[in-house]
Amino acid sequence: MKAIVSVFARDSKGITAYVTALLAEKEINILDISQTLMQEYFAMIMLVDLTDCAEPFDELARFLKEKGEERFLDIHIQRQDIFEAMHRI
Amino acid sequence: MSYLINSSEILQTIEMIDQQHLDVRTVTMGISLLDCADSAMEECCRKVYDKICRRAEKLVETGCAIEREFGIPIVNKRVSVSPISLVAAACREEDYTPLALTLDKAAKAVGVNFIGGFSALAHKGFTESDLRLIRSIPTALTQTDLVCSSVNVASTRSGINMDAVALMGRIIRETADIDPMGCAKLVVFANAVEDNPFMAGAFHGVGEPECVINVGVSGPGVVAHALKACKGQPFDVVAETVKKTAFKITRMGQLVAREASRRLNVPFGVVDLSLAPTPAIGDSVAEILEIMGLEKCGTHGTTAALALLNDAVKKGGVMASNHVGGLSGAFIPVSEDAGMISAVEAGALSIDKLEAMTCVCSVGLDMIAVPGDTTAATISAIIADEAAIGMVNNKTTAVRLIPAKGKTVGDRIDFGGLLGSAPVMPLHESSAEEFVSRGGRIPAPLHSLRN
Repeated sequence: MKAIVSVFARDSKGITAYVTALLAEKEINILDISQTLMQEYFAMIMLVDLTDCAEPFDELARFLKEKGEERFLDIHIQRQDIFEAMHRI
Repeated sequence: MSYLINSSEILQTIEMIDQQHLDVRTVTMGISLLDCADSAMEECCRKVYDKICRRAEKLVETGCAIEREFGIPIVNKRVSVSPISLVAAACREEDYTPLALTLDKAAKAVGVNFIGGFSALAHKGFTESDLRLIRSIPTALTQTDLVCSSVNVASTRSGINMDAVALMGRIIRETADIDPMGCAKLVVFANAVEDNPFMAGAFHGVGEPECVINVGVSGPGVVAHALKACKGQPFDVVAETVKKTAFKITRMGQLVAREASRRLNVPFGVVDLSLAPTPAIGDSVAEILEIMGLEKCGTHGTTAALALLNDAVKKGGVMASNHVGGLSGAFIPVSEDAGMISAVEAGALSIDKLEAMTCVCSVGLDMIAVPGDTTAATISAIIADEAAIGMVNNKTTAVRLIPAKGKTVGDRIDFGGLLGSAPVMPLHESSAEEFVSRGGRIPAPLHSLRN
């Protein structure tokens, strides 16, 4: 299953390293990354593959959210289908 | 991003959900209870309870799982059942309250937040069971928390059952005297639809399958946000913007509906494309009308603005789902819409303007608080007016009025949660007593003869 991980935060050093390490810990493969800065806010969007991730989706979402909060990051994970449904005919 | 979806689209979706209140308003499971009929009330109740608990056992759990995986809030999980007047017709008991209590108990057991279907279809006349059900409404709605009731009193095909209109005025009055909150769970319809997932008017129609999943999407906040970007543009642009936004919202609803249907192994019925406001700031239909250029919702021009909105929502949504149904359009429930409340309080929005708006929106006079001393005849006359609009225009109309016990114009009544709070609105003072007491049936209009 593919999913979109989105990370929002005030820009600071090491955000990408921190988040990608979390994903690696859960055996999640990153297929693509895009990053933008909107004023002082950092937005990172990753397309990930969950094939090798043993964790149920629910727990994974909770894990990322909690780990994100420790560093004042807003991390969401959502199945890719929703974006395709909304933006592609 | 090199994959199909680009990051600005992803950000747009996340922003719609996080900041513009985009949500799936309800996943409603329709369950047929026709096989639960029994001449013994106790046995009938047992069958009803068992069937709802069996069919809807995993509804809430599945809804929550979809919510987490897709990151879309699904605000309500609900159940609608066959009109109880049909299910209970074989019972000899005069009072159907035990069935309402059973529905309430079953709804609580499966964890849904409303159950609809304590209903009767009396648009051409009453069966004995319809009368027994209607007479049970005041106790049924005031002794239960989650049960919603509806009565269809008119249709384009059969005209208006004025005896039912007169009776419903008295029933609303009686319910309000016990507890006005009961009236928030009671809808009087003309041309009721069988697959509406929204409360309080949802019931599982007789033409529906054994069990079905209907989904109601919402998103006035998203439409309002999109329209802010086309300030000063002609209406062609406004309509196009609403259509595009409605398309996206509906696609999301369709995805949730398909997923819920697959996981629950229950056929998918319809997506209801309705802009349903909530009391939250920025989730208002009135605000959309005001963004179109009206200083306050309710002023001259409001009906035209609402007509455009209602039509564009349908046009945008219809291509996004393989089955569209229910009420589909814009809702204008006064107490549930911060913009409507503010318009009433500013004196810009009157009951007469609301009535005009119901000619072009998807339902009717919804969640309107009226003075506590409003007579049954006046309530009936309001129902008759709405039913006439529905009958002649071939559309669904409804009345959900709340006579605010002990309150008068200018006071406010609170319902809590999604139902919001409403300022008590003034009504006309001249009597319609003699008109309502005639009884009988207002004949169906000429265009009912379509064959």
